[in-house]
Amino acid sequence: MNAYLMPLIGGVLLGLSAMWLLLSLGRIAGISGIAWGSLAGPERVWRALFLLGLLVGGLVTHNVIGQPVPAESTAPLWLIAASGLLVGLGTHMGGGCTSGHGVCGLGRRSPRSLVATLTFMTLGVITVFIMQSVIGSAV
Amino acid sequence: MKAWPALISGVLFGLGLTLSGMSDPAKVLGFLNITGAWVPDLIFVMGGAVVVTFLVTPLVTAREAPLLASAFSLPDKQFLDRRLIGGAVLFGIGWGLSGYCPGPALVSLLYGYESTVVFCLAMFSGMALEGPLSSVFTSS
Repeated sequence: MNAYLMPLIGGVLLGLSAMWLLLSLGRIAGISGIAWGSLAGPERVWRALFLLGLLVGGLVTHNVIGQPVPAESTAPLWLIAASGLLVGLGTHMGGGCTSGHGVCGLGRRSPRSLVATLTFMTLGVITVFIMQSVIGSAV
Repeated sequence: MKAWPALISGVLFGLGLTLSGMSDPAKVLGFLNITGAWVPDLIFVMGGAVVVTFLVTPLVTAREAPLLASAFSLPDKQFLDRRLIGGAVLFGIGWGLSGYCPGPALVSLLYGYESTVVFCLAMFSGMALEGPLSSVFTSS
């Protein structure tokens, strides 16, 4: 089987998920916003159900379809914590992450989402380059 | 507003993230590592997702209303601002440090790894701190 078939199928499923949420409830499938909104603010129920579904989908992949579980990150925990903190700050400030700005925003032809996506992709690439090449961390 | 449709959407999203390999931070870092041993998988993940949303979104939003809610609830900001750019910069740095973005991190809680629990706790802390921190910096 082609090595890129599963990434492609997975990607199409992400797109279909976003389109079903838009068609049924008129909402954007942005995970950072859904995650934060499930804890704070009104309309927590649909967001909590979305997150529950997320876990169910993962269970099906690994326990029913039988795809192996990926290995744990080898990064030290302080780095993981710094990473999570920045991801939380950044997605809250910028109003979205890979799903809201990337998958949904690009589909909506949103100029803001295009700029955000190009920006976080570029910074991700630069960060990995610095971590690997300059600091020499084995992330 | 009904909530159950979000469960279906979440299941599809969880399937997509895990089947595609996006819940493996090594693959994500490999994708961002364009000067090293580049892993192109994410091109296919993002490509597959965006082709679907790009083609289908206009058909959906041409409707007067969603099927099960009274109105579409879409972001209406049109202009770039410092919060958008600054937020994307911080998010990109954080993403590159671990290979986790919010969706893959949350679905990875299933795996019971210490690092995904730490990541998610830190991420929610960052979301909670953003408002107060930003108001400190913008008022000074």
